[in-house]
Amino acid sequence: MNAITDAAVRASNLPEASTDYAVELRGLTRRFGTNVILQNLDLKIRSGAFVALLGRSGSGKSTLLRTLARLDPATAGTLRAPAATTAVFQEPRLLPWKRVWRNVALGLRVAAPRERAEAALDEVGLSHRHQAWPLTLSGGEAQRVALARALVREPELLLLDEPFAALDALTRLRMQLLVSALWQAHRPAVLLVTHDVDEALRLADRVLLLDQGRIALDIDVDAPRPRHHDGAAFMAQRAMLLAALGVVE
Amino acid sequence: MPILSQTISASPSAWRPPAGLRRAVAPMALLALWQAVAALGFTSPQTMPAPSLILASLWQLIMSGQLGPNLLASLFRVSVGLAAGIAAGIMLGLAAGLSRLGEDFIDPTVQMARTLPHLALLPLMILWFGIGETPKIVIIALGASFPIYLNLFAAIRGTDRKLLEAAGMLGLSAWEVIWHVVLPSALPNFLVGLRQALGLAWISLVVAEQINATSGIGYLVMNAQEFLQTDVIFDGLLVYAALGLATDRLVRSLERRLLAWRPALLAN
Repeated sequence: MNAITDAAVRASNLPEASTDYAVELRGLTRRFGTNVILQNLDLKIRSGAFVALLGRSGSGKSTLLRTLARLDPATAGTLRAPAATTAVFQEPRLLPWKRVWRNVALGLRVAAPRERAEAALDEVGLSHRHQAWPLTLSGGEAQRVALARALVREPELLLLDEPFAALDALTRLRMQLLVSALWQAHRPAVLLVTHDVDEALRLADRVLLLDQGRIALDIDVDAPRPRHHDGAAFMAQRAMLLAALGVVE
Repeated sequence: MPILSQTISASPSAWRPPAGLRRAVAPMALLALWQAVAALGFTSPQTMPAPSLILASLWQLIMSGQLGPNLLASLFRVSVGLAAGIAAGIMLGLAAGLSRLGEDFIDPTVQMARTLPHLALLPLMILWFGIGETPKIVIIALGASFPIYLNLFAAIRGTDRKLLEAAGMLGLSAWEVIWHVVLPSALPNFLVGLRQALGLAWISLVVAEQINATSGIGYLVMNAQEFLQTDVIFDGLLVYAALGLATDRLVRSLERRLLAWRPALLAN
């Protein structure tokens, strides 16, 4: 837990840093000119929790993720997130001129980076693709490399920005199972940005719904894993989330 | 009732010659026509010598020891000029591409200078540096540096922002990002610039050697013009073509090695 404290102190604007939470936001605001994207947001994410962030296009969910990743600045408020934060985006963002294992090992400051990278690739089921060029991979394979590249860094916070959106339906299901298994094995806090209510309810312990820069809904999902898409509780939560997103079935 | 039907099968009887052979047919036919026209006396050797005559005189140039030293003189000028021009283009391109300050300082000046056809500077170069090797080398270097600079600068600035973001999240330092992301991503366009630079270097060489040269392929050709040795002029053209082809091959093989990760090259 020492690492978390160190990271927290370094990244913190808050006087008291708590190790129970991977993420703590207070009054986080982000404006582009007069356009308010995130409005006075308060949010805590427990260490090791799997949180899904739903919202319509333009609700600010990607901005929130990018702020946590320190890719975008905040206009006001305080933000505490671990230094060990990694992200997987909708596109795999691999360097095409480096072989797969080198992509995973890039920037890894450990004793045997190649062995670590290859172990991570084995874990996402790509033992046979260590030496491949990224442009020869399928969409699902490339996204698994991106996951291995994120996990090999042993993040305390893993940010997933619609990582399955560009995949076909079957690959998406397989990737969801893989992410679920990897999360259970490594236990980083996860923030998954998605449009997909079913995906959120399948994977997350807690679902947030962002609307016009505010958190409109914050619900716990305590169904046992592995989850199945049936049962009254699931249907009720699904209907509630869809209604909040403006979809009535 | 119309029925669309198509039999898709390669009939075994239709033998097709290999692509290399097919592509060689037209040039070979032209050469044969040229040889026939010359042999039948339709053209005089002073205007259009037969291919056989040109080859014979090329052989003689080689055996008499005239070609070797002049070829070396030309190659020396091109190599030194290219090396200097490429080095200058790379340094300016990196400085302007990697820093805003460098861009403000370098880019407007280079952009203005490049609108001037660099060969127009040859008379000035001769006034400044005399008629020795220096003006020839400087004009070759000048011509080669512009495409290198322009392509490298644009390529560095065109680096995919998403890759830069991803690399930043992996905890790479600024120099590591340049080394692992920016430079490899600029490499394909740099090689395009290199190919243009080589083309320009040969053009600069031809022009530079036709003025006040006492050695080189251009000197051979200008000399031949004075003595109406049309066959030797053709020999000079042949040598220039061979040199251009050879350097183009060189860049291609460089591309195959350095850009092995690209899908177009992977398919081969």
